[in-house]
Amino acid sequence: MMKGLKKWRLVTLLAALTIILSGCGEEYLSTLLPAGEVGQDQFNLLLLTTGIMILVMAVVFTIYFIALAKFRRKKLGDSHMPKDVEGSHKLEFIWTAIPILLVIIMAVPTVYYTYKLGDVSAMEATDDEGNAENLVVNVTAKLYWWEFEYPDHGIVTSQELVVPTGEKVYFNLISSDVKHSFWIPAIGGKLDTNVENVNKFYLTFDKESKDLEDGVFYGKCAELCGPSHALMDFKVKTMSPDKFDNWVAAMKETEGATASADSADAGEAAFQQSCLACHAVSAVGTSGASAPNLTTFGDRNRVAGFLEHDKQNTIDWIKDPQKYKPGNLMPAFDSLSDEDLDAIADYLLDLKVEE
Amino acid sequence: MTTVANSVGQKKGFGATLWDWLTTVDHKKIGILYLIGGGFFFVLGGIEAMLIRLQLLIPNNDFVSAGFFNELITMHGTTMIFLAAMPLLFGFMNAIVPLQIGARDVAFPFINSLGFWMFFFGGLFLNLSWFLDAAPDAGWTSYASLSIASTGHGIDFYAIGLQIAGAGTLMAGINFLVTIINMRAPGMTYMRMPLFTWTTFVASALILFAFPPLTIGIFFLTFDRMFGGNFFDHTAGGNTIIWEHIFWIFGHPEVYILILPAFGIFSEIFSVFARKRLFGYSAMVFATVLIGFLGFMVWAHHMFTVGLGPTANAIFAVATMAIAVPTGVKIFNWLLTIWGGSIKITTPMLYALGFIPSFVMGGVTGVQQGAAPLDYQLHDSYFIVAHFHYVIVGGVVLAILAATHYWWPKMFGTMLSEKLGKITFWFFFIGFHMTFFLQHFLGLMGMPRRVWTYMDGQGWNLFNMISTIGAILMAIGVIVLIINIIMTTAKNVRVGNDPWEDGRTLEWAIPSPPPFYNFAQTPLVRGLDTYWIEKQEGHNGYTAAEPVTDIHMPNGSIIPFFMTLGLFIAGFGAMYRVDHSWGLAVLIFGLAFTFLMMALRSIKDDLGYYVTKDQIRRTERGRD
Repeated sequence: MMKGLKKWRLVTLLAALTIILSGCGEEYLSTLLPAGEVGQDQFNLLLLTTGIMILVMAVVFTIYFIALAKFRRKKLGDSHMPKDVEGSHKLEFIWTAIPILLVIIMAVPTVYYTYKLGDVSAMEATDDEGNAENLVVNVTAKLYWWEFEYPDHGIVTSQELVVPTGEKVYFNLISSDVKHSFWIPAIGGKLDTNVENVNKFYLTFDKESKDLEDGVFYGKCAELCGPSHALMDFKVKTMSPDKFDNWVAAMKETEGATASADSADAGEAAFQQSCLACHAVSAVGTSGASAPNLTTFGDRNRVAGFLEHDKQNTIDWIKDPQKYKPGNLMPAFDSLSDEDLDAIADYLLDLKVEE
Repeated sequence: MTTVANSVGQKKGFGATLWDWLTTVDHKKIGILYLIGGGFFFVLGGIEAMLIRLQLLIPNNDFVSAGFFNELITMHGTTMIFLAAMPLLFGFMNAIVPLQIGARDVAFPFINSLGFWMFFFGGLFLNLSWFLDAAPDAGWTSYASLSIASTGHGIDFYAIGLQIAGAGTLMAGINFLVTIINMRAPGMTYMRMPLFTWTTFVASALILFAFPPLTIGIFFLTFDRMFGGNFFDHTAGGNTIIWEHIFWIFGHPEVYILILPAFGIFSEIFSVFARKRLFGYSAMVFATVLIGFLGFMVWAHHMFTVGLGPTANAIFAVATMAIAVPTGVKIFNWLLTIWGGSIKITTPMLYALGFIPSFVMGGVTGVQQGAAPLDYQLHDSYFIVAHFHYVIVGGVVLAILAATHYWWPKMFGTMLSEKLGKITFWFFFIGFHMTFFLQHFLGLMGMPRRVWTYMDGQGWNLFNMISTIGAILMAIGVIVLIINIIMTTAKNVRVGNDPWEDGRTLEWAIPSPPPFYNFAQTPLVRGLDTYWIEKQEGHNGYTAAEPVTDIHMPNGSIIPFFMTLGLFIAGFGAMYRVDHSWGLAVLIFGLAFTFLMMALRSIKDDLGYYVTKDQIRRTERGRD
């Protein structure tokens, strides 16, 4: 047994060591490195509860190990008959009262933050001229991609959420097929996108994403939604309010943009033939598209939300989307010629609104 | 059909033996059947778990496909909860509870048999999905929007299989309630019942209230998928959130249905191997009842991120945290039971001692997730995967393994090898912590649960690899256990009444395995830890409450088997009715067959039989 115990300690030690070595995860993805007020609130709650729980565990483990060391039959002898104790009202009172106290200590901030994070009363606030005071984004989750509409600006984008830093951004969340869940771990907790009702919450983005490794925060779908649930990633670009305003203006400028069959650009012409029916290339509009809006394709960080953003992946994806994201709704375009695919990929990678 | 007293060791042919097991209504044999059935599904669920972990060994792995992975996680969860953990616990409840309360059998032996066969055929039905169509793939929670959208018959197998198995569970629960209320020996007052009997009692009450919601939910799902009901189809006025509520109104008490008997098992083991009565017995009983009660008040903590609003979230958050209090009471009472005792580290005790740190860690992360705003981060991440495996593996599975070693001699009359038992423990225990401890951090580092694969460069690679290695260690532990069982059975060294020598409760006062009528004379119970009291006074055995008289015993019956077979056939009919015209005929035939069997049972008088005084005297002499 003692040998076993030593082994156990060794494993614990090793485990602890590996954790320290690998840090707290990646800055663009970890809840342990919060980059927004909501995530920070939740992280504080994590620290508080962890602290209390470590205290509880310390008490339990101390009694446990002392008992284990002191009261072994091997030491006491085989014939030793311990004294029977029925119980102790004093002890029982103590270990009922102290946990109640600890629970109260945790319950107060829990209730406070539950109401704080659930407060969306300012969502529809307008100034004297009737303009919305806060940015609202309508998120629609679909098999297996994300649509982001900015109703006050009349623009829509997909796969990459763009938001300003330093202010509350309010979200309306819904799903158009099966239930998904909207989660940006480094920014704050998740909220489900139900099929029948709009869920509302807010997040705050305190850090510009351009300094991150990929220049984006990672977003995830957190509710099992079918075979490609694991691949239903999205990315989040955060920028200063000025830059965000520029981005919105650039998005608005794409009004009316379309692909022409007569274009000198072979890619644009092929796109018009095969893709435009589902994929818009103008950002001005509302949500409800059957396929992702591609106005900002060239600005993006990933193909289909998770593949390296390069030409080859773009071509491969168009040829056989099922191979990469099983169960998604895009048909395969393997009938397109290699030249057309090549041209379409070039055209797509050129679709940009950012400088 | 009568099998008068022939279970006392005559050699029988294979056919007769098979018939005996198919028709048995003896609680001890049904207990063994539950162990075999549950053990089989436990291994199956374990293999599914290994495939899951192998897929997640490295990033971008393509060991299994995305669709198959979802089938694996769904079947792993469903199998482990409904077809492994619960039946295994039922096995011990069946085998032990009647002995602990000094009864000759459960209150309804026929229903006991029916309950087992319904579990078995339900499980079989569910698992046939692997071969016939596709396995269910919407997770063990089978959330409505996805389960309605799922193509093929996978979810139909889930719905019908669980409906049949669930009905069996409900019967078993009612049976234990009635047994414990009515069949206690003279002197066995409620406050003298061993803790395992108490926790069985409370868990059975939870089954009584928790399984009907599941039945209703699954009926709705079945009707939505097979008969065009629109309970959960939001485009036709249904609502998917209702499914989540119904499922968790069942699902949360279900967790306590599993863990309470585990608490009972450990309470017995701590007391026996510390040679000391359970510290704070009445507080333990009260805590058990309180946990059972609170278990019904907290279901929405599984739904904090559904968008129920801050008031609902706050109420359920505080209620959830409150459960920590009675659970803490239990932990401290166990600690004080071994404090000042004489601790003998046997294999069951090793599991009990391993349980305390494991379960405490699972418990504290449960409280953390009870803090609703924090749960917005933890929910549906790998943190929750770590948490519920810490309570279910660290609590329930360790209890099942402990009970296997602890009661094996009572059930089979021979001891499992202590040496191999300890080897199993260390592999399983170390593997368990290796697998699940780091998963807390994976969740905090942003890894969602139920992901088929993960991309490189997210900082999750190392922990996933360690986790998979841990899972392999657990598998080795289970394989050693199986070897242990085979070797022990082959050697078959017989043991006496009280092989652990420190037995305290009534089951240790009678032979191992007990004769088919359990107690030659109904025992008289003179206090808590009945057998311990007798031993203290120098008695070997128990004080009888009656002279040796004829014993009334129930006859075996094949009807439960056939009743369930009818439902099993009807299940296929209901499912294939959608594609084939013959489905309806099969559905009607199956149900009609079941009703015919029910009618047979009602019309045919079966008054059981008597074991005469002479037979009892001969049997008892033969043992001495």
